[in-house]
Amino acid sequence: MTTEVLLSISGLHKAFGGLIAVNQMQFDVHAGEIVGLLGPNGSGKTTVMNLISGALQANEGKVVISGKDITNLPAHKISHSGIARTFQLVRVLPDLDCIENIEAGLAYRTKPLWGDAAHAAALELLDRIGLAKQAHTPAGDLTYIDQKRLELGRALALQPKLLLLDEWLAGLNPSELQDGIALVRQLKDEGLTIIMVEHVMDAIRSLCDRCVVMNAGTKIADGTPDEVLSDPEVIRAYLGDSHA
Amino acid sequence: MSILKPDFIKPVAIGAVIFAALAFLPSFADSYYMSLAISVVSFAVLATAWSMFSGPTRYISLATVVFFGIGAYTVAVLGEIMAFPLVLVCAGLAGTVVALLVGFSTLRLAGVYFVIFTFGLTELVRQVVSWYEVNVTREMGRYVFLDITQNDIYWQLLALFAVLLLTGFVLGRSRLGFALRIIGEDETVAKHCGIDVTRVKVALFVLSALFMTLTGAIIAPRWTYIDPVIAFNPMLSFQVVIMALLGGPRRLLGPLLGVIPLTLLFEVLTASFPNHFSILLGCVFMVIVYLLPGGVVGLYEKYRAPKKRTLSSSPETTRKSEEKTA
Repeated sequence: MTTEVLLSISGLHKAFGGLIAVNQMQFDVHAGEIVGLLGPNGSGKTTVMNLISGALQANEGKVVISGKDITNLPAHKISHSGIARTFQLVRVLPDLDCIENIEAGLAYRTKPLWGDAAHAAALELLDRIGLAKQAHTPAGDLTYIDQKRLELGRALALQPKLLLLDEWLAGLNPSELQDGIALVRQLKDEGLTIIMVEHVMDAIRSLCDRCVVMNAGTKIADGTPDEVLSDPEVIRAYLGDSHA
Repeated sequence: MSILKPDFIKPVAIGAVIFAALAFLPSFADSYYMSLAISVVSFAVLATAWSMFSGPTRYISLATVVFFGIGAYTVAVLGEIMAFPLVLVCAGLAGTVVALLVGFSTLRLAGVYFVIFTFGLTELVRQVVSWYEVNVTREMGRYVFLDITQNDIYWQLLALFAVLLLTGFVLGRSRLGFALRIIGEDETVAKHCGIDVTRVKVALFVLSALFMTLTGAIIAPRWTYIDPVIAFNPMLSFQVVIMALLGGPRRLLGPLLGVIPLTLLFEVLTASFPNHFSILLGCVFMVIVYLLPGGVVGLYEKYRAPKKRTLSSSPETTRKSEEKTA
């Protein structure tokens, strides 16, 4: 495994009123790694993703990518520093067609593409994610899996160093899941670094190099999938004391 | 993106011919019809400028008359001191500065808060101007005696409308225009695509306000007398919203489809029912919002689209042809 740290999170803290959603969160992500972010519902995984991507502002702590401090920068600047994401509840641009959805990712990145160049690049990317035939379909008319593919395509269009997938594999049927896992693995082979929030254990075991497990806003485990999934603390968080 | 592409030249050429023809209207029409034409063109500029920002972002602004009034007042104050083109430049600057202030302070507001703020802004500006006139200049109301004929006003407004349509047309094909559409679809996604959402919104708000200000400035000489109540009449903002919504604010020429019938209707209403104008205006507003949520353009597309789909299976041709008709 490479040793270069791409993303480093330290002392990250976020409270919504009296509710502490993320408490002194700390972990590193190495370049080329897939890190799974696990934990029971409400443990703060999506909030961590939102803090990294700039959708939310942290109360305390630091987020550093490639040595650059991006804590609490506005989302568009964080996007320009090489982080792209998908959303837990899939977010496409419903009235725009698939090409335009991808062009949205191409047109405002650090090295923007526009016009014919963007059109060609969008078609190429749609082909890669398996949506070439739907190029002119409004995104709102796509099936759920295709909307998820499109959202991933838009994130990839930004040419990120780090990709955040928030339950990107949730809600897929078994064959779609296999396609999805293959697509994510392909991205890893191309050298992309990925953090994925996921509940699908098959995907976690087959894709993740390392897992960070959260419970009630704090990190309770950090290690290979096998290590963390047999950790008594993790089992207790998911299943309660009697199973630990 | 090349400016010399045929799909750019053709609509621009057609537009140029139509506007050139319209410039000869004063040779045929008498002064009543010229006055009506001025109303139509001025509302066309206001509703199109309003839609340029509010169509894609879906921010309903009731501040139209703030900028319109600033334009008119600039002419009233500076009209006799400077040459008219210079007055227009000053009006444009004043409108831009106010739009920048308003934009940066309010475009972070969402939905109904923005609507209420823009409505309140009209009242605020009107009161500030009144206060200034009462306490500083000590004269309420001003006369605008300028050597500008009705036909001059018509030609200036027509030119302004042509510039506005060209701006809108170029904008619709630009990265800035595309950014605005993405923001209208999903602001969070827009941010995560690297778009500086606040800057884009402010830029378009200012551009739209600039055209509103110039409309007010150009039309001011028609009134001969203005005071804050006339210049900052909130009714105008509502009329513009109704017209844009009736036509369809999400297409460049959409608002025009609302402006023409409604300007004529308002003309009839003010002449026949001067005392019930506001009530009737409200009724028209409700009918439009309930029956035509997508405007005339939306209605046309709704009935047009299914028919076309059976004719050609490719959704691309359907969408393309719809865009052309709009």
